[in-house]
Amino acid sequence: MITAAIRVEQVFKRFGTVQALNGVDLTIQPGEFFGLLGPNGAGKTTLISSIGGLSRPDAGRIEIMGCDVQANYRAARRQLGVVPQELVFDPFFSVRETLEIQAGYYGIDPSRARQAWIDEILESLDLTSKADANMRSLSGGMKRRVLVAQALVHRPPVIVLDEPTAGVDVELRQTLWQFVRRLNQEGHTIVLTTHYLEEAENLCGRIAMLKAGRIVALDTTRNLLSHFSSHSLRLHTQGDQPAQFGMTKEDVEGWWRFSFAQFDEIEPLLARIRTAGCVINELEIGKPDLESVFVRVMQDRACA
Amino acid sequence: MNDLPMRPSRGFLTLLYKELLRFWKVSAQTIAAPVLTALLYLVIFSHVLSTHTKIHGVPYTAFLIPGLVMMSVLQNAFANTSSSLIQSKITGNLVFVLLPPISHNEFFSAYVLAAVARGFTVGAGVLLATIWFGSLNYAAPLWIGVFAILGGAIMATLGMLAGIWAEKYDQLAAFQNFLIMPLTFLSGVFYSIASLPSFWQSISRWNPVFYMIDGFRYGFFGVSDISPWHSLWVGLLSFTILAALTLHSLRRGYKLRD
Ligand SMILES: Nc1ncnc2c1ncn2[C@@H]1O[C@H](COP(=O)(O)OP(=O)(O)OP(=O)(O)O)[C@@H](O)[C@H]1O
Ligand SMILES: [Mg+2]
Repeated sequence: MITAAIRVEQVFKRFGTVQALNGVDLTIQPGEFFGLLGPNGAGKTTLISSIGGLSRPDAGRIEIMGCDVQANYRAARRQLGVVPQELVFDPFFSVRETLEIQAGYYGIDPSRARQAWIDEILESLDLTSKADANMRSLSGGMKRRVLVAQALVHRPPVIVLDEPTAGVDVELRQTLWQFVRRLNQEGHTIVLTTHYLEEAENLCGRIAMLKAGRIVALDTTRNLLSHFSSHSLRLHTQGDQPAQFGMTKEDVEGWWRFSFAQFDEIEPLLARIRTAGCVINELEIGKPDLESVFVRVMQDRACA
Repeated sequence: MNDLPMRPSRGFLTLLYKELLRFWKVSAQTIAAPVLTALLYLVIFSHVLSTHTKIHGVPYTAFLIPGLVMMSVLQNAFANTSSSLIQSKITGNLVFVLLPPISHNEFFSAYVLAAVARGFTVGAGVLLATIWFGSLNYAAPLWIGVFAILGGAIMATLGMLAGIWAEKYDQLAAFQNFLIMPLTFLSGVFYSIASLPSFWQSISRWNPVFYMIDGFRYGFFGVSDISPWHSLWVGLLSFTILAALTLHSLRRGYKLRD
């Protein structure tokens, strides 16, 4: 059996009256690109903090590459890079100093190899021109890039990013995902939280949805899409005939919707509508998307 | 993937370096300002009192100088650990040192050593600035060093405890005003406790800072209220207790890893 990149077993964490984590079980394999989704307050950050040793669960076990985050914290933390959700920085230092110090914390000596790697990270995140700027003088998006860079200085095999694209412009989002994808292709395990479900859909091979401290859905992105969501056909027509053929009226006047699983269901439908003498003005086919899956899952599990 | 060379002690050295750099980069505030404060104390107190007083046969100004030096060492050692921790907690950048594989002992030692270094730097600055006002003897230089280190380490550790415990700046200020200030002022910086009423003398004997200042002063004049050996034991005991408490808090993650 291969060692899991991250193994979370029956983790509970309570803050006062809030049960932030309520028995989470999760295993992420090496090389996965994994998405952790959930509404605000679901417990994503608490789970990430527990994985990173920033927060101590009340019960349960967490391992990173087979190393217990409490008992064997040194080995566990060496394997892990975390990009925190909060935009934090140390105002005393420049970008390069920040990265060199962070590398030093992980026991990496100030060698050429370290310099070369830091230069490479700066380059990949488009930070080279800011290398000697003080952290205080950077814009929010730039500070976010430095946070990503800091999580990578020790080349951790497992990288966890807590909403890395919050408040970040389109260009950086693309640069960042390109870079993270490359890291994933090179073998790094990536765990990601985001509220941009389209990003998660495009990037993640597998997704867990968290709600009120519990995992309410866990599957490959493809399975989630096909189980919880379907293709849809939307028509703009004159007349009410589509109602006879099982289409539902949408809120916008003249639009009708039909959900289907197989494409061969469409043709007979369109034929019947035509023979009924209905004029089709516009036609759209919608692919299943994670957003509708997310909404369904959260509703289904509303009373969970 | 992990082809970069790794060494365990590097983490500690880096944290120490970062803590040193932190106060060095704002040295006007962390070094120059306290030196100036001590100088003002000296000018004012010695001007008011020097014509009247001799303590242990030493002119008052000369007696005051080591007291002010030690007070600066102590206050700045406390200020360094406590303000560094609370700032990092409040701004959230403490995660940068909580995520890496740095042990509790390394964490503790790096913060305390950097704070002692700041205490030393300010202390040396105060000595250099005030040395011209009175003649000092340096009767037992070894004791000077021992008490400066021990006193600095005690206050640095206390500063760590305060920084770990406090969640807001005003809580830290309360700690400073209600514990640190009384401890340093009721410690014989400005006088010999022999000159106090017996009630206050016995109170002072429960104050470890008093022993540190008394021992430090012994290093200069070869005379003191208490034997330096006695003061050394009190200092070592105080440090051991405070260090054990701090290390225990760090190991448990008290307030740092909720
Ligand atoms: N230090 C804390 N003290 C008290 N309550 C906390 C603390 N940290 C988290 N919580 C609570 O635990 C719950 C989970 O919070 P968490 O930050 O993990 O959510 P999240 O899924 O990351 O949300 P978001 O999408 O908004 O980042 C919330 O109800 C939050 O208020
Ligand atoms: Mg969060």
